[in-house]
Amino acid sequence: MTMPSSVAVAAGGPTGRKPQHLSPARIGLYTFLVIAALFFLLPLYVMIVTSLKSMPEIRQGNIFAFPRVWTGEAWVQAWSTACTGLECGGISVGFWNSVKILIPSMIMSIFISSLTGYALSFWRVKGANVLFAVLLLGAFIPYQVFIYPLVLIYRGVGIYSTLPCIIITHTVFGLPVLTLLFRNYYSSLPMELFKAARVDGAGLWQIFFRLMIPMSIPILVVAAILQVTGIWNDFLFGVVFAGRENFPMTVQLNNIVNSTQGEKLYNVNMAATILTALVPLIVYFGSGRWFVRGITAGAVKG
Amino acid sequence: MSTPETAAGTIAGAGAGTTATRKKRHLSAYVALFPAFIIVLLAYVVTVVWNIWISFTDSKVLPVNIFVGTKQYERLFTTARWLISLQNVIVFGVLFIAGCLILGFLLAVALDQKVRFENTFRTIFLYPFAMSFIVTGLVWQWIMNPTLGLQKVADSIGFTWIRFDWIVQSDLALYVIVLAGIWQSSGLVMAIMLAGLRGVDRELWKATRIDGVPAWRVYLHIVIPILRPTIITASVLLAIAVVRVYELVLATTGGGPGISTEVPGKFIMDYLFGRGNIALATGASTVMFITVVILVTPWLYYEYFREKPRGS
Repeated sequence: MTMPSSVAVAAGGPTGRKPQHLSPARIGLYTFLVIAALFFLLPLYVMIVTSLKSMPEIRQGNIFAFPRVWTGEAWVQAWSTACTGLECGGISVGFWNSVKILIPSMIMSIFISSLTGYALSFWRVKGANVLFAVLLLGAFIPYQVFIYPLVLIYRGVGIYSTLPCIIITHTVFGLPVLTLLFRNYYSSLPMELFKAARVDGAGLWQIFFRLMIPMSIPILVVAAILQVTGIWNDFLFGVVFAGRENFPMTVQLNNIVNSTQGEKLYNVNMAATILTALVPLIVYFGSGRWFVRGITAGAVKG
Repeated sequence: MSTPETAAGTIAGAGAGTTATRKKRHLSAYVALFPAFIIVLLAYVVTVVWNIWISFTDSKVLPVNIFVGTKQYERLFTTARWLISLQNVIVFGVLFIAGCLILGFLLAVALDQKVRFENTFRTIFLYPFAMSFIVTGLVWQWIMNPTLGLQKVADSIGFTWIRFDWIVQSDLALYVIVLAGIWQSSGLVMAIMLAGLRGVDRELWKATRIDGVPAWRVYLHIVIPILRPTIITASVLLAIAVVRVYELVLATTGGGPGISTEVPGKFIMDYLFGRGNIALATGASTVMFITVVILVTPWLYYEYFREKPRGS
């Protein structure tokens, strides 16, 4: 809700309290909000200032202190020379791997899920309910149950530890939530629209591509936001299925930070951490209310 | 739920559906559902069945088909590491869910009081949710670093009696993970609850004000019951995070000190890929699977499979 409209509501509002003067209750309210905000901002602040300090300064100073000498060196190191175990190509390798994983995974999972959601809500055929029930249940089962058998299946097919392997995995595990999302969305569309298209002689695919897809732009945006943040933040699937050459950014980050060789470079670690969080943060700040809609619609009934 | 059949019937009745076109229509629907069907069958059904079967075998590094009955389960429940994992996930789960619900609710209520800079506050409370558990874990590991983090700050201003070295204390390290988890996820609860609060009828507030009921009583006795579905949804979401918790532990403590912050998710991963005891690991994941199925099936049925009017 934007400020002007909420103020307008407040004017004739039911709580009736117009904050013209600061009562003790209002002061308490704002104190709570500010303290909470500090709690949420603290790690981000610590990350940023640490990444801009030199190692000697980190050892001497405290974590909240501003850098005495500002240096971007840690950022350069984190991006291009930090070591993940034996290789020292920085986090940039992981960044591009994550991009390579993200784009096809997103397209494939959204395509299959929207198609499934559409077919489930308009073309009810035998067995559809069973399919939907298993999918729903699948959304709640810990991933650890599926991982090892999937490794064997992928090995059997000969794609284990490859880019297609991780892309398929993201499609598989994106399916339940996204299908639910699309199914709920399509269920809210008027049935008459679909009927009219049927009477006009349109088939399943025609209705899907020419009617449903154009009408689902809002939910497609929500699905895209969910998938960008979800796939980018994934660690578990990346580490098991992607293979060493395709390790996503989160896996590389963990390897850099927990690399046992030599001294821990906290400034480089923090710079790498911020770099890894950057894409989902940009999505978050860039999409504003759509992000909220995404997380709520994603798992809550639409 | 019932309307689609009716609709199909109407179409058939309208003459669009001779037997041939009906068959064709069904065929194309099956084609459309085929990818999902294959995925569900192979990735969800076959894997679960295989997983359960292996847990009854004598598999070590490689899966074998020697049936040994419930031996793995007997071993599992005498393995200290597993018992600690279970205990940890329960403690973590209770504190994490309660913490997120309480903090999230308080934040949502506070933001619902027509505060200034509402958008800014909301942005600040929710941004950690965009970050991965790996990033969250690493940040909190750094803040809680006993020699460089908060402890050092406390020491340097003379508060040497304050202990912030929880992360290296085996009886306290789990609470660092709880704290990091709450930091990451309470914004989600705030967002969901704020949406719920905005949906509460404004007339209700007017009525209670006229009757002179104090606001806190309205929240406790009227608003919270109205928000019940919202609270359940948030709890379910948080509960999924609890049973899946792995990355947060890995990045914050790595399961240490010792095995004091082990969780089932990490136990299974370690035994699958590191310690080469597949049967024990699949036994553990079967236990998790059954627990989750027992917990969520009634809720899922209630939520999605009761007869309800379309569009609700």
